[in-house]
Amino acid sequence: MSELTREETEALIQEVLEVYPEKARKDRAKHLAVNDQSVEQSKKCITSNRKSLPGVMTVRGCAYAGSKGVVWGPIKDMIHVSHGPVGCGQYSRAGRRNYYVGTTGVDSFGTMNFTSDFQEKDIVFGGDKKLAKLLGEIELLFPLHKGISVQSECPIGLIGDDIEAVSKKAGKEMNKPIVPVRCEGFRGVSQSLGHHIANDSIRDWVLDKRDGQAFEATPYDVSIIGDYNIGGDAWASRILIEEMGLRVVSQWSGDGTLAEIEKTPKVKLNLLHCYRSMNYISRHMEEKYGIPWLEYNFFGPTKIAESLRAIAAHFDDHIKEGAERVIARYQPMMEAVIAKYKPRLQGKTVMLYVGGLRPRHVIGAYEDLGMQVIGTGYEFAHNDDYDRTIKEMGNATLLYDDATGFELEEFIKRMKPDLVGSGIKEKYVFQKMGIPLRQMHSWDYSGPYHGYDGFAIFARDMDMAIANPCWSKQTPPWKKQPEASAAVEEGELKKVA
Amino acid sequence: MANIMVRKTAVGAYSFYLPKRDLEDAIVSLEFDSADKWGGEIRLNNGGAYYIEPQAPPARFPISLRARRLDAAE
Repeated sequence: MSELTREETEALIQEVLEVYPEKARKDRAKHLAVNDQSVEQSKKCITSNRKSLPGVMTVRGCAYAGSKGVVWGPIKDMIHVSHGPVGCGQYSRAGRRNYYVGTTGVDSFGTMNFTSDFQEKDIVFGGDKKLAKLLGEIELLFPLHKGISVQSECPIGLIGDDIEAVSKKAGKEMNKPIVPVRCEGFRGVSQSLGHHIANDSIRDWVLDKRDGQAFEATPYDVSIIGDYNIGGDAWASRILIEEMGLRVVSQWSGDGTLAEIEKTPKVKLNLLHCYRSMNYISRHMEEKYGIPWLEYNFFGPTKIAESLRAIAAHFDDHIKEGAERVIARYQPMMEAVIAKYKPRLQGKTVMLYVGGLRPRHVIGAYEDLGMQVIGTGYEFAHNDDYDRTIKEMGNATLLYDDATGFELEEFIKRMKPDLVGSGIKEKYVFQKMGIPLRQMHSWDYSGPYHGYDGFAIFARDMDMAIANPCWSKQTPPWKKQPEASAAVEEGELKKVA
Repeated sequence: MANIMVRKTAVGAYSFYLPKRDLEDAIVSLEFDSADKWGGEIRLNNGGAYYIEPQAPPARFPISLRARRLDAAE
């Protein structure tokens, strides 16, 4: 089922809302909307970045997740200490698949978990001494690390530890940057504030460290910001940007290093992929260093070509030619991918519920495959994200902000998409309902999905999910029509024979 | 008083950004926008209004400023 009319979609929202108590219904109604491309401002149709209702199942993360998991965590040559109880760090360890090159435990630390493992006595007497000791131990055991960030977990803020003082002192002693990050999980309504706090701490503690130092600049220096190299995404993007003649000075923060981040203020243009998590630092660099920033989208050949041209427009003819050359080189390959998968995927419908940039960025990639996105939503977006989404989505499609477990299930039951793109928490719920799901947080352990190379993998994965033979075996044999079951068994026997 | 950032968009229009609230919006009117005086009351597309102390026009954009909220849209 697809192509609901505006009235039908509105009725669907009302029906789903009916089970809530009145107060909750009133609140949740503001977060669900039918897309209307004529609306200029998203706030007229949808409310976002508000506290989740107690009692509903939200899939949001916390500020610590936004800072340690997203922004700081992938910086590979720094050690990120999860300061507080052991669980926050351990259960999120290496879950985001930020690929990197390096020897883990020697010069790179991306998949390792460093924690101060708070105990009762640390809560009672304060954990500053423990932190100081731990920083010394890190320096002793991992001398090749380039710096440390102290990622606070909830108790640090609650008991009022002074991690800034400890960090400053230890940083002076070992002559390396130690960055205290006040990203206690209880701050803000979602991981979004964690991104902001992490961006601010990069601004305050890292970014200006090489100001005034010599740098061999070229007119073609750019940085890739907001690409976390999930499954190798940043590499798939980087080769395209380099192929068109630009020099990538730094990569944030997937497969990134501290030195790259310190050198970012020297570039000519910041290329911003994940707007939600890194716009803060881009705005700062625009103001302080006069570096313009540009949002780009590397999902699907249509959007890639658009983005490459938009990037090239900031440079001279040499780069513009480079962009055209790259597009021309990959065009036949992409046509082959589309020729293979489009006939299989044409007309299929998709519903998305993820975070960051994907609810709007991947729409183009699905459309390239002939698929249609009939519902999309963000976990932690702000109004500016919805402003950008409204234009990308078709009219009368469904938008949901911070959807609850119940709402998402109901929407998907009614709208019956052919594919759902969401996370691991949703995956088995929907697969048991008989609806294929691809994890769009970690690309379901596949990837990369960015860039031209990524699109081929994306197309294959989507086809693999939808065309999996298990979906035709949802009805148990005893509930099947006799003749149908006979035919299936016959087929099965033939295969065995 | 709130910290705000005013930037110029690609087409040369003013754009307003309030970091604390992640509010980005177009500025529809600026009270003083001449070579010797810049600032005053600004009106946003969403209906909000802020007041910047009138000053000499900033040499370059974006610029962070202190602004007083006259009328927030929300």
